Amino acid sequence: MTAMSHTMDSSYFMQVLKDTFAKLNPVEMVRNPVMFVVEIGTVVTLIFTIGSIGKAAFQYELLVTIVLFFTILFATFAESYAEARGRAQADFLRRTKSSTRAKRLKGDGAWEWVSSEELTMGMRVLVEPDDVIPSDGEVVEGVGSVDESTITGESAPVIKATGDSVTGGTRLLSDQLVVRITTNPGQTFLDRMIALVEGASRQKTPNEIALSALLGVLTLIFLLVVVTLVPQARYYGPHATDTTTMVALLVCLIPTTIGALLSAIGIAGMNRVAQVDVVAKSGRAVEAAGDIDTIILDKTGTITIGNRMATEFMPVTSVRVEEVAEAALLASLSDSTPEGRSVVELAKDVLHLEALPLVEGEAVPFSAHTRMSGIDLADGRQIRKGAISAIVEISSAEKRPELEKLAEAVAGEGGTPLAVEIDGRALGVIRLKDIVKSGLKERFDDFRRMGIRTVMATGDNRITAAVIAQEAGVDDFIAELKPEDKIETIKREQSEGKLVAMTGDGTNDAPALAQADVGLAMNTGTMAAKEAGNMIDLESNPTKLLDVVMVGKQLLITRGALTTFSIANDVAKYFAIIPAMFAAVPTLSVLSKLNIMGLKTPHGAILSALIFNALIIPALIPFAIRGVTYRAEAADKMLARNIFNWGVLGIVIPFVGIWGIDRVLGLFGLA
Amino acid sequence: MSLQTVAVWVVVVGVFLVTLKPLGTYIASVFSFEPTFLDKPLRPLEHGVFRMFGIDPSASMTARQYGVALILTNFAWIVLSYVLLRLQGQLPFNPQHMPAVNPQLAFNTATSFGTNTNWQAYSGENTMSLFSQFGNLEFLQFVTPAVGGTMAIAFIRALSGKKMGNFFVDLVLMCTRVLLPLSVVFAILMVWQGVPETLGAYLHIHTITGSTQVVPRGPMASWEAIEHLGTNGGGFTNANSANPLENPTALSNLFQVIMMGLLPVAFFYTLGVMTGKRKMAWTLISVAGLMYLAIGAMVYFPMELGDPVINALGLHGHIYRVGTELVFGTGGTAAFETSTMSFTTGSVASAHDSALPITQLAYFSAMFLNLVFGGKGVGLLNMLMLVVITVFIMGLMVGRTPEFLGKKIEAREVSLASIAFLLHPFLILVGTALSVALPAGLKGVFNPGPQGFAEILYGITSGAANNGSALGGLGAALPYYEVTIGIITVIGRFASVMAMFLLAESLLKKRSVPASSGTMRTEGILFGGILAGSVVVLNALTFFPVMALGPLAEHYLLLAHHLF
Repeated sequence: MTAMSHTMDSSYFMQVLKDTFAKLNPVEMVRNPVMFVVEIGTVVTLIFTIGSIGKAAFQYELLVTIVLFFTILFATFAESYAEARGRAQADFLRRTKSSTRAKRLKGDGAWEWVSSEELTMGMRVLVEPDDVIPSDGEVVEGVGSVDESTITGESAPVIKATGDSVTGGTRLLSDQLVVRITTNPGQTFLDRMIALVEGASRQKTPNEIALSALLGVLTLIFLLVVVTLVPQARYYGPHATDTTTMVALLVCLIPTTIGALLSAIGIAGMNRVAQVDVVAKSGRAVEAAGDIDTIILDKTGTITIGNRMATEFMPVTSVRVEEVAEAALLASLSDSTPEGRSVVELAKDVLHLEALPLVEGEAVPFSAHTRMSGIDLADGRQIRKGAISAIVEISSAEKRPELEKLAEAVAGEGGTPLAVEIDGRALGVIRLKDIVKSGLKERFDDFRRMGIRTVMATGDNRITAAVIAQEAGVDDFIAELKPEDKIETIKREQSEGKLVAMTGDGTNDAPALAQADVGLAMNTGTMAAKEAGNMIDLESNPTKLLDVVMVGKQLLITRGALTTFSIANDVAKYFAIIPAMFAAVPTLSVLSKLNIMGLKTPHGAILSALIFNALIIPALIPFAIRGVTYRAEAADKMLARNIFNWGVLGIVIPFVGIWGIDRVLGLFGLA
Repeated sequence: MSLQTVAVWVVVVGVFLVTLKPLGTYIASVFSFEPTFLDKPLRPLEHGVFRMFGIDPSASMTARQYGVALILTNFAWIVLSYVLLRLQGQLPFNPQHMPAVNPQLAFNTATSFGTNTNWQAYSGENTMSLFSQFGNLEFLQFVTPAVGGTMAIAFIRALSGKKMGNFFVDLVLMCTRVLLPLSVVFAILMVWQGVPETLGAYLHIHTITGSTQVVPRGPMASWEAIEHLGTNGGGFTNANSANPLENPTALSNLFQVIMMGLLPVAFFYTLGVMTGKRKMAWTLISVAGLMYLAIGAMVYFPMELGDPVINALGLHGHIYRVGTELVFGTGGTAAFETSTMSFTTGSVASAHDSALPITQLAYFSAMFLNLVFGGKGVGLLNMLMLVVITVFIMGLMVGRTPEFLGKKIEAREVSLASIAFLLHPFLILVGTALSVALPAGLKGVFNPGPQGFAEILYGITSGAANNGSALGGLGAALPYYEVTIGIITVIGRFASVMAMFLLAESLLKKRSVPASSGTMRTEGILFGGILAGSVVVLNALTFFPVMALGPLAEHYLLLAHHLF
């Protein structure tokens, strides 16, 4: 479990309740025009309710007012609930933050206690074992292991050395670090994250602004329809309309469902990003992730597990596989690199060994000059393994062509060949290969269906790159990558109008991260990379980019689905309210023919529509918080499915719902 | 359904289907300044016009400049037309010695013809001199549909990533290359069918019964041609195309139906050619086409089945029909009325007032939608406005910021499109509410109940949709209606176009996003279905209450044998 997925405990519910009512404040409500109209309507019906005390209409007026009031409460509850979920995460983070004291280093090398809030950029602090790192910064002295579980949820400690960045709120486990503070108070990642998940720094995203504009115009249209309906209906008689019913009609027609849930959708979207342990610097970045056309991924660490693995020993003629394996094993015994260890593991398999053999000799470490490593055994044998060209130089000429042929075969399939020789006699080749992470191919297939192109970036030669690209199922690759290649590729894609996402951690990635539309920086990365990106993955898992894209898409789909549903619902409401509201007008009473739901009484019909309109809000809160079901599929298929689910069913469901509510009201003598 | 009816509809739909591609491509060539077969004879004329007015054909305009040029030019014509109507008594070609037109009628007529509405609060044969007919009003019948065409052309250019062009050049080309050649052909066809074309005085005829009858005539054939080709719809005489001199035969009726639809339908294809999105054009044509047929069915079937009250009396048969022009039969009348309402022409071949409520409901629907091909060019703009709104709402459901033709639809675009959408219901609903609330408006209601309500609603809607037909029964010659409807036509014509121009320019400025399998396609059956669905639902939600108060109430009352 990760730190971010903490669930809310009961103490938050009181806060939700309090916020639900606090948000009724008209000053705050006016920012949501749809619900503001409902609030004004409620006040109007309340006045009419008070005015009708003692009259026959009192019960109806009162019920309408109550239902309207609950409609607003459901809306403010949805928002408060979404915020509370964010606050639960934020509070957890804040607890780690508040208790921090820092050992600030003075010019003379001594230190003094200061509160972490007093630390400003450029100050140096001493961090000793069990100290909490007081603020974000960069290690300037020392090496130490840091427990980052409060931020990432990952319990394995991380080694931090000079030049690495550290995050405020994490804890040093061993050794001693001097950290130069790189942020001012209130601007650390923790602060940003708290502000973000709480919704405090939430700004409307471009799409949210556009949707709000549309909802505003729709509200205006329905306001127009209802207001002009008053004189139009009075053409048939002076008492053809009553105000309470007109308010009820208006509230039913304006898009209250999406209006009530719009901000909850946005807040919940940010929380879903936070739940995968990604800090987005803005909601805009998350939304942009949904629009991504091209993703550029590093091969090493992202597509393949960090290192190459030995997969095969290939002997030259007249040499047995076991001989190669044994020589390779002996040469690699003291090689602690992952590649070396993988050679040992493979040799143990081939030779059916239970334990490692005990040998005496002197290890020859790898050097850039010789480009080989090995062992000088006590019995005088000298075993070497290394790059083909290096081994060829020191071994007899007769096996050279064969060795080179084997090496070519390995390289041709995207592997890396290593040669093994003993006392100048070439034995054969070790095949080292990149291993593609499991499950990635399926993910890339998903992306292809969604129209997103994946590009792999690697420093390998073209053949190796092509083979891995094929194996991983990416659409394209950049081989023999030079530092400037990434940014060039991004610019080229962008010049075609595409949106590009990438991940990166090194300082040399920073320009590309800044250039990309979505730049996901690794938390283990350098400060420069983190500053350049617009999202930071706290777990430093580059495949997270895929999750963020999903969240971005789901966010847009949820908004579209609930808007469509909201508008589609209106059809049934008309059929409930129009016949009912004119039932008492002589010429227009024939409109009862439009009462196709067979609602029993006019007031019951109007109340049923209004109650349905209110209840649909809490019913859809789970969709707003979790997002509507999302599958990776082509646009057409997804569109057809969503249109059916939210458009077609959006027309049908309220007919059934309103009819059902009318029956229930009938049981209580209200319809 | 009689064989004649089937034949009429097959011919009408067939002609539209056959002509839309060559005509649409031709229009696209003209406005992409590619060579066409009319270059040789017409270019000297056009260049003469450009020189005369000091137009630089190579200077392109911004959205604002194009819009302002368009609106100012129109206003100049309206003022000119008003002045000429007021001076009618002093002007030549006035064999009947018609006096000056009164101020509010002159205002109403000038605005109405100057906005391609052609609402007529007068009867032509008793009010207008021949000069006013062919020199003033017919001039407007040429240039105002040309303006409508330029609106669409400028918009399409921006959509296809080009500059918006020069309004004056487009205006001249629209007249010389599109309207004039077609008018000549159809005027000759009209003359062939017996429509008069003369500058002579009205005829005084001694009838068989011994009395004397005055038969108004004039340059009618040329008038009929441009009246319908330009989806104008202002009749030479009061009875419009129900007057046997304006529309004498079933064949002339068919010609007029075809003339009305020819250009509005072809413009949809022009969109496809100029943007390179022919498949999208076919999708939009199919959506509008199916709506055209649906409206046709709503017009035809009540007409054919007859009045339930009369049917209940046991009086069956052809002569007991109401709201049908017997010369053309139910099929021919339905084809004419469906077209005149769908293409917002507004000429009539039967009395709309006598139509049954469901038929009237169809007339209303066509004007509310205003995009079932709609007026020349303008209907296309309305369709694209709803495409933008649909793409925005539905496009979200594919999980990307909605795109149309590779351009992202964001706050500015969706605001402009929805404001343009809001304008039409605003004019109709507020105009109707005012008219039924004010004593001045109620004075014009000659029928009680829902029919009276529908008459007011129809008049206002006809103005807002720039249709120009009337349900009748309304005292449209009252100063209140002359002024109100005059103002509504002007706002309805120009306000939403300005919003659409700004929308087009905003799209033009955006960088283009390449389509992928994750992009919502704005073509094909799925999109067509979604577009049709949202067009119908959005309009139904806006206009359901007024339809309930008008035609729907009347329909149910009629079924209960309650008449007004």
